[in-house]
Amino acid sequence: MALLEVRDLQIHFRTATGVNRAVDGLSFDIEAGEALAVVGESGCGKSVTSMSILGLLPTPPGKIAGQIRFRGQNLLNASESRMRKLRGAEIGMIFQEPMTSLNPVFTIGQQIGESVRLHEKASRAEARDRAIEMLRLVGIPSPERRVDEYPHQLSGGMRQRAMIAIALACNPALLVADEPTTALDVTIQAQILDLMQDLRSKVGSAVMLITHDLGVVAEFAERVLVMYAGRKVEEATVRDLFRTPRHPYTQGLLKAVPRLGSSLGAETSVRLAEIPGRVPDLSKPLRGCAFADRCPRAQEVCHRIDPALETKAAGHLAACHFAPREVSAA
Amino acid sequence: MSAYILRRILSTIPVVLFVMIFVFSLLYLAPGDPAAILAGDQATQEDIEAIRNQLGLDRSFPVRFVEWAGGVLRGDFGTSIFTREPVTGMILQRVEPTVSLMVVTLAIALVIAIPMGVAAAWKRGSLLDRAIMLFAVLGFSVPVFVVGYVLAWTLALKLGWLPVQGYQPIAEGILPWLRSLILPAATLSGVYIALIARITRATMLEILQQDYIRTARAKGAAGHTVLYVHALRNALVPIVTVVGLGVALMISGAVVIETVFALPGLGRLTVESILRRDYPVIQAIILIFSFVYVIINLLIDLSYTLIDPRIRY
Amino acid sequence: MTAQPPDPDAQFAAAPERPQILAPPPQRSRGMAMLIEHPTLWIGLALLVLVTLMAILAPLIAPHDPAALNPAFRVKPPSAEAWFGTDMLGRDIFSRTVYGARVSLIVGAGVAVCASIFGLAIGVLSGFLRWADNIVMRVMDGLMSIPAILLAIALMTLMRGGSVFNVILAITIAEIPRVARLTRSVVLSVREQPYVEAGTACGTSTLGIIWRHIMPNTLAPLTVQATYICASAMITEAILSFIGAGMPSSVPSWGNIMAEGRALWQVKPSIVFFPAIFLSVTVLAVNLLGDGLRDAVDPRLAKQV
Repeated sequence: MALLEVRDLQIHFRTATGVNRAVDGLSFDIEAGEALAVVGESGCGKSVTSMSILGLLPTPPGKIAGQIRFRGQNLLNASESRMRKLRGAEIGMIFQEPMTSLNPVFTIGQQIGESVRLHEKASRAEARDRAIEMLRLVGIPSPERRVDEYPHQLSGGMRQRAMIAIALACNPALLVADEPTTALDVTIQAQILDLMQDLRSKVGSAVMLITHDLGVVAEFAERVLVMYAGRKVEEATVRDLFRTPRHPYTQGLLKAVPRLGSSLGAETSVRLAEIPGRVPDLSKPLRGCAFADRCPRAQEVCHRIDPALETKAAGHLAACHFAPREVSAA
Repeated sequence: MSAYILRRILSTIPVVLFVMIFVFSLLYLAPGDPAAILAGDQATQEDIEAIRNQLGLDRSFPVRFVEWAGGVLRGDFGTSIFTREPVTGMILQRVEPTVSLMVVTLAIALVIAIPMGVAAAWKRGSLLDRAIMLFAVLGFSVPVFVVGYVLAWTLALKLGWLPVQGYQPIAEGILPWLRSLILPAATLSGVYIALIARITRATMLEILQQDYIRTARAKGAAGHTVLYVHALRNALVPIVTVVGLGVALMISGAVVIETVFALPGLGRLTVESILRRDYPVIQAIILIFSFVYVIINLLIDLSYTLIDPRIRY
Repeated sequence: MTAQPPDPDAQFAAAPERPQILAPPPQRSRGMAMLIEHPTLWIGLALLVLVTLMAILAPLIAPHDPAALNPAFRVKPPSAEAWFGTDMLGRDIFSRTVYGARVSLIVGAGVAVCASIFGLAIGVLSGFLRWADNIVMRVMDGLMSIPAILLAIALMTLMRGGSVFNVILAITIAEIPRVARLTRSVVLSVREQPYVEAGTACGTSTLGIIWRHIMPNTLAPLTVQATYICASAMITEAILSFIGAGMPSSVPSWGNIMAEGRALWQVKPSIVFFPAIFLSVTVLAVNLLGDGLRDAVDPRLAKQV
């Protein structure tokens, strides 16, 4: 049994014009201690998925179907009080916007300490000590002073470190990180990723890293799940995915990544490829493959039949009628 | 910081000056000759001239204004032309019921309006939200004396739960004092509740969308903690601002409510003085209420630094 | 034996069905959508039309002359003859209440229009003229620091003796600062817009800018503001009359009718009760209209009020 098992997850929202199928039939597992990256363009349903794991989506207007099993228990049936005990204690979360994700009227120490006090019956003083310890762990200098400062007194990178401190304060078994580095400067991004990698080995949490940046994936994760239009289109180990991407969408994404050193190859000038067309409107019914309209390899059948996820090679899934299949895998 | 406080205090000076000039002009331009009124019916022209000279009424506007303003700053508001007593004394006698009424009103309004606004924002679009918003519109629409009569008729006259009219000084005991104030204060709090509930709801709606609310929930904080600790703390600046502005509504309402419930306060004195055309008293009351209003809002402005650590001057 | 043609799609594996978990939203006609989206606007408008009709048709609706005294028929409870009863002078309260709608609506509309026009002029002036801005805004601050009722009372005692005109004037002066501030803030923000600056650079006259850019941007918030001013003016008028600082007591305004019932309210609540209901419903109608307009015109305004 994996730590987290998501089965046929559907998250639909009612809008003024129709029903937006933000996530439509998503399944994946995360093993204890494993780092899984979820990749896709904005609007592909990856953030919504992460919010649904913590039960933070407002329903209505949303509706969730399927199963999200954490340690075998389906969280979608769990009571609100059970979810509150999980949040912050067993499942921690880091958000994209460090500038706005901290409450401006409480000190950093109060905000880290709150997590501890909620889940561990700690006194005010103990919570403060833990906060200082966490600030030191995430590499904030002079934590004894910083603990009493307000978020607006910290830089963006420091705030994201503080967010990580909040998320990890109770040693969660699973850390959900939703674009943790996107809003940061490039140099800070690398520091934060290093920090997360370092903490992962210390704390031993499994990590679900949500990102649109394949560079981050290569550096951090062991397994990758590629999402498009609310569906999983490909899943493989990082190594396999980068070496032999099987879904045309993944191939497109990889071509769009600027790579250091690629100019050493045959081409003297490297052009960044981009994927033509736009993400389909998820509030309109989709027929066939969601990527068909933008796919360079699309055939007539792609517009009719929604391709099933198939094992194309050992541990390598893809949802494409024309993805190459490794013969030996069968 | 202290420079800001000083600047903010200085900025009220033109406002206060304007109010003083306005209020003084009121007396200056008021119809009728105060000297003649004070002198009485039997007075001769010489008597009136003597009184006018004695009161300094024959001098120019600026001279009289400076003299009058000096008196006001020393707490001397002149003499009533109806009772011929010093206005300051008349006002001091009437302060307690009005201050009591306002304090109780404010307490009722805050205790009811803030949870109402929070609940409405939390359950946005629900039946509860609509009911609360309907109550707010009603609060703005039903005039305060109408609410007063309805409450007095049902709760006091028909059910006999509370005294219909009158005021018990606080010296007679807290309970009788409170009993005499519940109805008028509940009445007066209607508009105030509507005002505060609306701004609370609007501000909370905005704040509940903020990322830090999501962070608080992701930590496992309970719903009421998220609402009342994480969200409401951030909503306080606009709420406190509106509470300060609403003092004007409370003052206006007090004038009427004290009449309806026969409370011997400043509002009642205002109405009595209008009927008696007792301009010095009207003048003094307007001046005092305006000062109080300006000072309350000044204090509220200065309190922002305590409420929100981001605000530094 | 007829050979079954092989299914050409058989080689393509289809994904499992993705079930529908949410019913699509119901489709509504445009008119229905408008009504459902802004119900307060339509309810307010309908009520206001009713009250306005009552005011216009007062001579046809009222069974008696609102000023006719009937000393033999004083302080009577509601009956078939006098639906709302009679007051201390034997006047028919129903007739007086019907006529009272005229006073309230005239005062409400009068103040809303006058305060809008003067407030607009003052706001535009101080938005454009730096030197005037300081003085005008200090005066407005001063006026706003005097609670509206007290300001109106002060002005009414100055003008000695009420009349519809004096009441409108007194309340208008108390309401002008709100409009002036609103207009000034719109002017200041519009003036900073690149397209307006471009217009100035190209030699558009100040009047041209006011007409083409300031007015359209001010109109929507001002209309909403004007309805709220109308509602608050009607309440202020009633309060002024109620405490004896408003209309002369011969005018059948709702505030006056209630003022006359004041002494007797414990024994004869109907004298106060009926005009109170009409006043409340009318003010409610205007407020609902204002809320509806605000939501329809600019949902962002909802946060400011």
